[in-house]
Order: sequence, then structure tokens, then C-alpha cells
Amino acid sequence: MDMFVLQMFNGLSISSILLLIALGLAVTFGLMNVINMAHGELIMIGAYATYVTQNLFISYAPQAWFDVYFIVALPIAFGVAALIGWLLEVVLIRHLYGRPLDSLLATWGVGMMLQQLARTIFGAPNVGVSSPTWLNGGLTIADGIVFPYKRLFIIALVAVVLLCMYLYIYRTSSGRRMRAVMQNRSMAGCLGISTRRVDGMTFAIGSGIAGIAGCALTLIGPIGPSLGTYYIVDAFMVVVLGGVGKLVGTVCGALGIGMFNTLFETYTSASIGKVLVFVCIVAFLQWKPRGLVAIRTRSLD
Amino acid sequence: MMSALLKTGSLKMKIIWAVVLIMMCLAPLISTEFRLSLLAKFLALAILAIGLDLIWGYGGVLSLGHGVFFGLGGYAMAMYLKLQASGSTLPDFMGWSGLSGLPWFWEPFRSFPVALLLGIALPALLAFALGWFTFRNRITGVYFTILTQALVLITVTLFVGKQEWTGGTNGITGYNAIFGFTLHSAGTTIALYFITLAILVLAYLLCRRVVNSRFGQVLEAARDGENRVRFLGYDPAGFKTLAFALSGALAGIAGMLFVLQVGIISPSMMGIVPSIEMVLWVALGGRGTLIGAVIGAVVLNAAKTGISEAYPEGWLFVIGGLFVTVVLFMPNGLVGVYRHVVRLLKRRGEVVHVPVSQEKPKVY
Amino acid sequence: MFQSVRKNQKSTDVPVVLVAEEITVAFGGFVAVKGMNLKLHEHDLHFLIGPNGAGKTTMLDVICGKTKPLSGTVKMADGTDLTRLKEHQVVRKGIGRKFQAPSIFAGLTVQENLTLAAETRRSPLQALGIQRYSKISPAMERITLQIGLQDRVDARAGALSHGEKQWLEIGMLLLQEPRVLLLDEPAAGMTDEETHKTGRLLQEIARERSVVVVEHDMEFVREYAAKVTVMHEGKLLKEGTMAEVQEDPRVAEVYLGKRRDDHAVAATN
Repeated sequence: MDMFVLQMFNGLSISSILLLIALGLAVTFGLMNVINMAHGELIMIGAYATYVTQNLFISYAPQAWFDVYFIVALPIAFGVAALIGWLLEVVLIRHLYGRPLDSLLATWGVGMMLQQLARTIFGAPNVGVSSPTWLNGGLTIADGIVFPYKRLFIIALVAVVLLCMYLYIYRTSSGRRMRAVMQNRSMAGCLGISTRRVDGMTFAIGSGIAGIAGCALTLIGPIGPSLGTYYIVDAFMVVVLGGVGKLVGTVCGALGIGMFNTLFETYTSASIGKVLVFVCIVAFLQWKPRGLVAIRTRSLD
Repeated sequence: MMSALLKTGSLKMKIIWAVVLIMMCLAPLISTEFRLSLLAKFLALAILAIGLDLIWGYGGVLSLGHGVFFGLGGYAMAMYLKLQASGSTLPDFMGWSGLSGLPWFWEPFRSFPVALLLGIALPALLAFALGWFTFRNRITGVYFTILTQALVLITVTLFVGKQEWTGGTNGITGYNAIFGFTLHSAGTTIALYFITLAILVLAYLLCRRVVNSRFGQVLEAARDGENRVRFLGYDPAGFKTLAFALSGALAGIAGMLFVLQVGIISPSMMGIVPSIEMVLWVALGGRGTLIGAVIGAVVLNAAKTGISEAYPEGWLFVIGGLFVTVVLFMPNGLVGVYRHVVRLLKRRGEVVHVPVSQEKPKVY
Repeated sequence: MFQSVRKNQKSTDVPVVLVAEEITVAFGGFVAVKGMNLKLHEHDLHFLIGPNGAGKTTMLDVICGKTKPLSGTVKMADGTDLTRLKEHQVVRKGIGRKFQAPSIFAGLTVQENLTLAAETRRSPLQALGIQRYSKISPAMERITLQIGLQDRVDARAGALSHGEKQWLEIGMLLLQEPRVLLLDEPAAGMTDEETHKTGRLLQEIARERSVVVVEHDMEFVREYAAKVTVMHEGKLLKEGTMAEVQEDPRVAEVYLGKRRDDHAVAATN
């Protein structure tokens, strides 16, 4: 029973991380049919932004303020990643609208260059980021079961981000514009919505969320230039499984993959577990090729 | 009239390629053993590129997972060579990992014909299976590409994780003879070079035949209008699956030849980054031309060897930049640029402009 | 004339080719077709008309397999239910569909388009053994003549005029030797002369096969239709000859809005 509860928690924790990583991707893919292979590098950028913030605090801020750095790092990670994402959209992706395979390759190229840049600036080895002290320790549920505060924090963070996304998309006018463009781009344009601005905005937000994910990842382990590559494929699998167009799909996809990953890992090994998850996804796609939650429109192509 | 035009054009090209082929055959005379081995390596990779062009350039299906098929072929050959080198004792890495006996699935690789067969069949079957389960359900485009990436990731994780079976991150190495011939001696290198060259030519001719058949025509039509092809009574899934399986087989063959040149295979050679480099070969050379794939593979790998020696960090920048450049400015690759230039030059020489409706159709 | 003489015979004498029963199609929350029935006899030149959004194109989509209905069946004479088959299987059963926008392969020549369509060996393995550029069969020659493109066989299909593209598509359809042709606005975008040519072509085709045509051009319908079905909001409104349909007040109401004056109805005759 104890084991089960702990595994459930681990699964939930992994799912929350996957969700955070996949959220930005789902939004940009759903909106612009653009596969952003540099998404992983945007996560990396967020992580490094956190690292730099930490270092700045160590160098310039009084010791007592150190723990605050993380609070400051969150919006910084968001901002830096959002800015770079916005630049990426304006300079490159805009020209590849409607060509998903080409945008996949081009963004991969950019991602590689960003990765190499990080390697040059920060060095190839992983760097450690010290978590703020108020996140050390954990919540003791019962004897032997401790839920680390870090993981609880991440789950809470993801919930907050999800809520903000939901409110933005469904309750604000710019969110409404985004949904309009997602459902019918040409019509939205005819109605006077600046699709360019919506695209740039959406991409920036999606990238910003990736930055936050990077910040969160610093709590879990060391970070390095190839942080993005490690998580990007999982993020894509969440999008493939969850379907495109609704937040619900992404949440379900992340939960599914996170939980099943943990489940399989407990009974087999980490590598076999991943294989099983892949097989399950392919099997699931036989039943629902468009993913868990897909929008069925009149135009079937 | 159109066929006559095709004949004269291709006659000139045929002569050019015959000359190139002759030069390739004479290469052993002028290059060192090391460079010849490099060239053979490039030619082996070109075989993979041709297969990738078939499924991507002609079929419109982007696979970022060809490293897996390449790796399966490579490991098959490496396992055979390792067993030969180890004789009756257990391969060294197995001993280090604590195994006491040879795993059952290693046994078949003692025999060369079986290893050869498995090196081709295993990747082909894996490709067939993946294609079968996806194309049938209309999972194409980016979704399919993502699945191929996931396939790479899990395969690499598996191979790295199970180091007692596969040698882990170090891969399988420590052999240097085949059929009693030392792998890196002058004679073996030359022999392997010609074998690779011959297989490359055969692979090219095979794919050329496939492309020039009704199969190729339907495959291209499915790339341009999948639903339209359905309403003509064809099922595009079958065509794509078969093409994908063929490209997997070619990748496996490339892997086997590669191992013979390089002497090692490891998970890093079949991971995500190598798989995407393979796509760049075809993209840079020119998709949908077959010959572009060969050119791209040779040029890029030669460049990699050169650049990696001088500026090791620079290589990732170069491929990253090339991806962006090719996608934005050279969508038809080097072959496309060449044809563009030829067309421009031809137009200079023409006096009469041919009206659009009577323009000779371009059929590739 | 020819067809209306035929139609005065009892419909039960002419064999039925296809029956669509209680077809209901929904896209998300929107119900496009509600319990629609359609019976197709041999040698029918059957027109499907109705205001926009009536569900006409959706009905064609259901018959050819492009859209799966929520409920209902489409049964052929031999009992096969087409709603259970995939598109390419429906095609092989003898149903040919022509879409609203000409969907030919613009990059290939007229000849190549026709060759692709005429091919009966359609499995991938068979296709490996056939050459791309094959000989012209007599059937192909005949149909090329029938659609009037005999002088344009080597032209790139993308370079044809709009009308010629439509005929090419019809030609490709005919080469599949279908028992039933489903045409979606075949005369759209054509000149008057082209329209007449298309109408005569349809009559010729109906002598050997059955044709269902979705149309908006009432002149065209009046001149060539033998049997007309009117759809409205996904349901069957009226079925009969053109004369019968035009006299029905409900049809006028649906097309013209609430009836103001009986004379207005009479004036449309």
C-alpha cells in the first residue's frame, strides 16, 4: 500500500513535469501546425536563466536573500524564453507557415545551434543549481512515505500555470482571438484579427512556459546543454497521444504517459518501461489515430 | 516527342555518370588506404540516403528514425564479427557485465549468412511493422515523424541499458578480421571498397526501377494528394509501408558495410542526432532525385570529417545552420540548384519562347 | 425525352443499383443529414438539388465513403454495405466520385492522369511490375475522344482550362468503369457551350451507367434531369420529375423564402 501511494505520487510528479513541457508545444502546434523542435532548447534556456539568476544572487545579493532567487528566477526564465521564442517566430517560423515538416527541420537546426551556443557559453558539462532552502525536505504522509516539497511545488506550479492558461485562453479577448485563429485561420483574418500578432504572441507564451519548465527542472537535477533533447521526445509523445486543440487532451496525455511510465518502470526496468509505453501509445493510436481528444471539423483533411 | 527528349537528355547524363563510375573504380590507385576507407564509409552511408530519399523525397514521409535501421544492420554485422573474434570464449564485455553464457539470441549470429540475412530483414521488418500500424490508420505527417523519433529514443535507451547484451554505450568493438582477412589491411580495404561501390550502384538501380514503375508514380501521387489517390482505387498505406520497409532494408545494408569500415558500432551512431543528420544529407543533395541523396551523403560526411578535425564544436553549428539554409533557400537541394542553373543557361540560348500549355511536362 | 419516356415505366421494372437508407450524419454537434433516403436505379440521371447546407454534398460523401454516417446503410445490389468499407474499397465496388474542385494531378500529363485512373492492378506489389509509361488502351482512346481531349493528351493537366479539367476528371472517372457516378457540380465555372457539352456527356454516360448529380444551376437541371430529389436541412423534401418538383409549393418556399404570391411560383416555370 505504501509502495503504491509513493508510486502514484511519483507518477503524478512526472506527469506534471511532462505537462509543463508539453503545454507550450501543444499550443503552438495546435495553433500554427508548427512543430517546434527548438522547444527543448527553450527549456534549456529557462534552466540556464535560472542558473544565471542564482549566480547573480550569489555574487551581488546578501546571503539572507539567496532563497528569494528562485521566485525571481521564475518570471525571468519565462521572459527570456518568451523573448527568444518570439524572435524565432518572427524571423523564421513565420516563413514556414503551412509547412510542418520543413518547420520541423528548420527549428531543429536552430535548436542545435542554440545548444551549441549554450555549450560554448556555459561549457559542456552539467551544472548544478542549488535549490532554495525552503524547498528542502518533504511532507511526511505516513511512516516511510515522504512527498518531497520540491515535487509538490512543481505539481502546484503546473496547476497554477494550467489555470492561468485556461483563464487566458477561455476568458480573455486575446485568448478568444487565439482560439479563433486556431479553429479557422483564414476566417479569423477576414474578421480583422491580426493573425501575425496572434502567432507571435502565442509562440512567445508557449516558449515562456517552456522557460518555466526549465526553471522547474533545476529543482530535480543538474542541467546541461542537452537538457532539451532529453525531454523533447517525451513532450511530443504527450502531444501525439493527447491530441491537438484542447487543453484537456494534453493533460490526459501527460497523465497517461507519466503514470504508465512509472508503472512499467516499477515492474521492469527503466529502458523496458519506455519500450512498453511506446508500444502502448502505438496500440492506442490504432483505436484513436487522432489522439485522445481531437476536434472533428467539417473539413476532413 | 517527349520520349525522344528524355532519351537525349539521359544519354548525356548516362555518359557523365559512366565517367564518374570509372573514376570511382580507379580511386584505389590514387588514394591512400585511409582515404579509401573513408570513401567507402561515405558510399555506405549513401546507400542509406537513397532509401531515405525513396520514402521521403518520393513518398513524402519524413523519418527521423533511420538511425535505428542503420544500427540494427550494424549490430548484426558487429555481433557476427565479435563472435568470430572471440572464438569459443564469451565476448569480453559480457564477461565484464557478469554474464556466464551467451544469450540465446546471439547464437544465430555465429553464421555469416544468417547474420547477413538478419541485418537486412530485422530493420526491414521493424520498418514494415511501424508503417503497417501507422499508415493504415492515416497517421502521417508530423505525427509519424514524432513516432520515428520516439522509436529511436527507446531503441537507444534499450541498447544502452542492456549493456550485458549489447555492450552498452561502448557498443561492440574489438574485432578486426572477416573470413580470415584483416579488416584494415590494404587488400581488404580495396575489396570492401569495390563491394560497397557495387552495392551502391545496385541499390541505386533498384530504387530507380521502383521510382520509374507504377508503384513510384502512385507513391508520388499519394505524396501530393493522398485522398485523391484513394478515390482512384489505390490504398496509399500499402505503398508507403512497402517503400518504408525497403528504405529500412537499405539502411540495414548500409549499417553492415559501415561496421566493416569503421570497426565499431555503438548507440551513439543510431541516436537522434545521427538520424537527423541523415535527413540533412537528402535535403541538401536534393529530395526526390535519388542521385541528390548520394551527393548529399558524400559531401556532408566529407565536410563533417574535415570540419570535425579542425573545429569540433563547429560541426553542430554547421549542420544547424545548413538545416535552416536548405529549408528556407534551397528546398530542392544541390541538384535543384544545378537544374535551375542549367535551365537559366538554356533559356539564354533559346530564341523562341514556348507557350506554357505546350511545355514539356517535368516527370522525375 | 429519352429518359422521361423511360421514367413513365414503373420504377420497379428497372433494377435498383444502390439504396441509401436512413442516413444520418453529424459533425460535432451539427447534424448535416437526417434520416435521408435515396434509391438509385440503373441508367438513372438523378439530380440532387437543394439550398446551401442542405446536405447534398454530404450525401455524396457518405456514398463514396469519404464520410462515415452516424447511422444508416448504403446497400448495393449484391447486398454489400458501403458504409463499412474504406474509400478505395468503395471505388473498387464501382462507385466513382467527382469532387467540386477539379482534383486531377496537375503535375502529370493528361495521358498519365488517365493511365493512373484506368489501371485495374492497384495493389502495391502489382504496381512494382508495371512501367510508368504504359500503352494506350482502346478504352482510353475512346474515352479521351468522348471527353474531347484527344488533342491535349500530352499537355500538363495543370495547364488545362477549368472546363477541360472537369472533363478530364470525368474521363478518369469513366476509366474506372464505375456502375455509379457521383458528380458534384460538374458544370460549375463552365461557359454556356461547355455546359451543354457536359450535359450531353452526362446523358451519354447515363445510357450505360447510373449518375447522381449535385447541381445548383437550375437551367442545367431543367434541361437534363430525369429524376430530381430536393433536400432541405438534411432531409428529403420532394422527389419526382423536374415538373413535379417545381410545382411543389414547399420547394419554392425553401428556395425563395415564404411564398408571397402564387404567381411568383408560376413565373419560375
